Amino acid sequence: MRTLDKKLLRDFKRLWPQALAISLVLACGVATLILSIGTYRSLDETRRAYYERHQFASIFATASRAPQSLMREIGLISGVAGAQGRIVEPVLLDITGMIEPASGLVVSLPDHDTLRLNKLYLRSGRLPTPGKSGEAVVSDRFSKAHGFRVGSTFAGILQGRQVKFQITGVAMSPEFIYALGPGDLVPDYRRFGVIWMRQQQVAGLTKLDGAFNSVSLTLLPGTSQPAVIAALDRLLAPYGGTAAYGRKDQMSNAFLDSELKQLQAMAGVIPPIFMFVSAFLINMIMSRLVALEREQIGLLKALGYSQLAVSAHYVKLVLVISLTGVVIGFAAGTWLGDGLTRLYSEFFNFPFFIFQRSLDVYLLAAGIGIAAALLGGLKSALSAASLPPATAMRPAAPTLYRKSSAFGQWLASTMSQLTVMAFRHLVRWPLRSGFTMLGTSLAVALLVTAMFSFGSINFMIDTVYFRTDRQDATISFSTPLAPTAVHAVKKLPGVLSVEPYRVMMVQMSHGSHSRRVAITGKPQNMRLSRLLDIELAPISLPSSGLVLSERLAMHLGAQRGDVISMKLLEEGWHEVKVPVVDIIRSYFGLGAYMDIAALDRLSRIGPRRSGVYVELDANRHKEIYAAIKAMPKAASIALQTQSLKKFRETIEQNITIMTTVYIVLAVIIAFGVVYNSARIQLSERARELASLRVLGFTRNEVSRVLIIELAIILLVAQPVGWILGYGFSWAVVRGFQSDLFRIPFVVQNSAYGWSSIVVIIASVLSAFIVISRVRQLDIIRVLKTKE
Amino acid sequence: MSIRQNKKVAVFTVEDLTKTYHTGEVDVYALRGVSTKLYQGELSVVLGPSGSGKSTFMNIIGGLDTATSGRVMFKDLDLSGASETELTNFRRRHVGFVFQFYNLIPSLTARENVALVTEISTNPMRPEDALALVGLEKRMNHFPAQMSGGEQQRVAIARAIAKNPEVLLCDEPTGSLDSKTGRLVLEALTRINDELGTTTAIISHNAVIHKLAHRTLYFADGEIVREQVSDKRLTPSQLEW
Ligand SMILES: Nc1ncnc2c1ncn2[C@@H]1O[C@H](COP(=O)(O)OP(=O)(O)O)[C@@H](O)[C@H]1O
Ligand SMILES: [Mg+2]
Repeated sequence: MRTLDKKLLRDFKRLWPQALAISLVLACGVATLILSIGTYRSLDETRRAYYERHQFASIFATASRAPQSLMREIGLISGVAGAQGRIVEPVLLDITGMIEPASGLVVSLPDHDTLRLNKLYLRSGRLPTPGKSGEAVVSDRFSKAHGFRVGSTFAGILQGRQVKFQITGVAMSPEFIYALGPGDLVPDYRRFGVIWMRQQQVAGLTKLDGAFNSVSLTLLPGTSQPAVIAALDRLLAPYGGTAAYGRKDQMSNAFLDSELKQLQAMAGVIPPIFMFVSAFLINMIMSRLVALEREQIGLLKALGYSQLAVSAHYVKLVLVISLTGVVIGFAAGTWLGDGLTRLYSEFFNFPFFIFQRSLDVYLLAAGIGIAAALLGGLKSALSAASLPPATAMRPAAPTLYRKSSAFGQWLASTMSQLTVMAFRHLVRWPLRSGFTMLGTSLAVALLVTAMFSFGSINFMIDTVYFRTDRQDATISFSTPLAPTAVHAVKKLPGVLSVEPYRVMMVQMSHGSHSRRVAITGKPQNMRLSRLLDIELAPISLPSSGLVLSERLAMHLGAQRGDVISMKLLEEGWHEVKVPVVDIIRSYFGLGAYMDIAALDRLSRIGPRRSGVYVELDANRHKEIYAAIKAMPKAASIALQTQSLKKFRETIEQNITIMTTVYIVLAVIIAFGVVYNSARIQLSERARELASLRVLGFTRNEVSRVLIIELAIILLVAQPVGWILGYGFSWAVVRGFQSDLFRIPFVVQNSAYGWSSIVVIIASVLSAFIVISRVRQLDIIRVLKTKE
Repeated sequence: MSIRQNKKVAVFTVEDLTKTYHTGEVDVYALRGVSTKLYQGELSVVLGPSGSGKSTFMNIIGGLDTATSGRVMFKDLDLSGASETELTNFRRRHVGFVFQFYNLIPSLTARENVALVTEISTNPMRPEDALALVGLEKRMNHFPAQMSGGEQQRVAIARAIAKNPEVLLCDEPTGSLDSKTGRLVLEALTRINDELGTTTAIISHNAVIHKLAHRTLYFADGEIVREQVSDKRLTPSQLEW
């Protein structure tokens, strides 16, 4: 080994705690980069492969009843590669051992043909035999949740008929990677399952012989999706076709999209923070090292080492630090990636998972990490190279402290000399003090960003479950019924009150904007399921006109008073014009509302009810559930308490994991910044502090000089961190926003408080490690060595 | 030694050298027109009060610094207009330095400090041999902090001579040593001058040392005020410190 490299190694050994602190910060950057990009790629690639192998459709549409013969025409639409018509129908399930009813979706399989689109991945068993009544394949998770196996049976009510399902196989489908039951915010596989049966069976049960009510298409490459959608809409319109939509509006796909978007957002925000902080830390210790080794640098040059050799020497040290970080980051990133992937496989149903552990992600992360480090060390390495040898070997001139302003002098006169020393040092290097403060505040900001979600989610739960949807259950009818059906529900045992609703699929247009949405008709004075205005105060519906959710209004570019044109999709696309009378707050979907009577007046079919919100007697659940399970017209049921419970469980698990990760990240930053800055302060001021000891100051008094400076930095860092954290959180909320859901932006004071507490504790501990060195300060030695 | 003097090959030819430092408001005239020659194989001693320009002079002829005006020739090589790279190469090939504060790399052992130089030289001695020349073969694996000042300075000398330089430039090599250790260091230097014939210049503000020299340059106020050639030299042990 070259002698200069031996020096390097020994320098590293001496500096290792500082170097390691920086390596760790850098490792966080590398790990989060690998985590976000690697997981993004894995998820994206898995989905792509799954879609491709299983022929996931690109366009979806529903109708009320379209003749099979129409499929031929649909297949002839220019650009269509494959088309599959089928029957899809909600079903209420009565599963032994479950008091409450569950919900299912029956999906038909061709009788003799195999599926050409949205192909199943059969995990076990076989497909149902055509003609065998009740035979069905069920979704994997649902089957697992109930401990079903091939041969198990369960009961259901499909359009008023009792059905006995017999499981012949367990499957997965690219359509249901993420499967939400009615009214649920997170998947609950116990209460929601997909059931595939032969066409003939389903047609018999739904009275749709020779017809279909759902169609999926795949397109030839290069086909314009809107053109096909328009053609499909035209063909289906006479048969109650509700506008066709692409993958972006397909529920399961949209959830995956939103997850991918979050990973992307994470890759753009978190790794750069760590890269920036490590660059700064490297800059800090390298400039100190070059200052300390001034004379050695001069000597090396006197001996004939070139500028290049000298700067290379320091660059190598930066490389050692950054490579250590990269290696740790690789390990941590891989480990975290595994964890996140496991979490994903809990959430999403993939038959396989493709790990994109591709070399280039690692190379990219390593490259960015090393580049950040080099950037931080470059200035020092260059300044070492350009130090003229003759000057380098003369001792450096004492640091010039500037005379303070009149105010500064007055301020100084009010403080003890030790405090003045601390202040002067602080303002002498404003850039370094500023960056140290900024680094610490980034730790605070990171924590605020992690912790604000507690507040936001609680706020969302409160708004959704306790202020908006206050019903105990939502029962939806298998087909729209006459208003008298509501009274039948009211008479069920244990039902305290009911509130009807009507859902109509419409195509809303305003200017050049157009959206397919469900419009919900509700009674003017809602008691159970309410609407809240922008200030979250309950509103009552105006007797006519539309109430739009914020996000829908945004998509349509509509404001209060604008007139929206609506095509009623289930009524032959008959068009009406309605003014927007109010805009409300909503965290899910793209809601549109109207007084139910007004909606009835718009409809050419007349008054209909899609379902009811019900208030239940908590002591009579058993009776109520039994009655609902027996209710002929119920297609599905959403249970608020169950849904909330599942939501809480899921969110809590996720938030706990996330918060733990963020706390570790923040502690690493705080430690890296504070420890290094304290070490450097101590190194710069060792002589000064030893002199103080010689003059008779106690160890505590001397430590105070260091503590005061660190304390000021730490204190200023808190509010700055809060502001940054507020900004980051806002960015996260923006990143989460999708048509499916939004998170309210609520940062509770406790988020700021806890973030500061964690960072302050971490900082105080890091500083303490250094300050304990003041006690070991060898006065004689410090004074003897030349600075 | 008379043979050497007869040959009189000039290693350094310095003509009208000036050096001005611009520090803040005042200009410091460190050298105000110095002309002299240093001859091959000679041991020169540079004397003069503190601040008289001795170090500046030596730094310039050693290629550590550049002059404001004037000319420095190392044999046929003009150092006055040399680039940083040329100066680096000049130092690397031809010059060994010894400084008052030893300037050893604290994180390297005695042997490694010497190896630091031999690694980048074309025709070096073995570090062990260089250390043996200064009587430190037994302390090879000690770190600077484990050695006395005199020992450290002898490591510095070993380091300076290990590459078999043509010239050895020593800036107050005994400046921070007591007389007994100073003598040991001077013995090492004279021995190298005698045995290897290395052209040597030693800065000192201790006038006695001139008794070791072939030639003595007296600096005052940035000028050479006197130059003295002696043919009666003493050995370090004969010096009255
Ligand atoms: N880098 C420098 N910057 C400013 N002044 C310097 C510098 N180096 C030397 N000087 C000044 O030049 C003069 C000569 O210094 P120097 O050659 O070191 O003297 P000597 O070695 O004889 O003590 C002194 O006044 C010194 O202060
Ligand atoms: Mg000097």
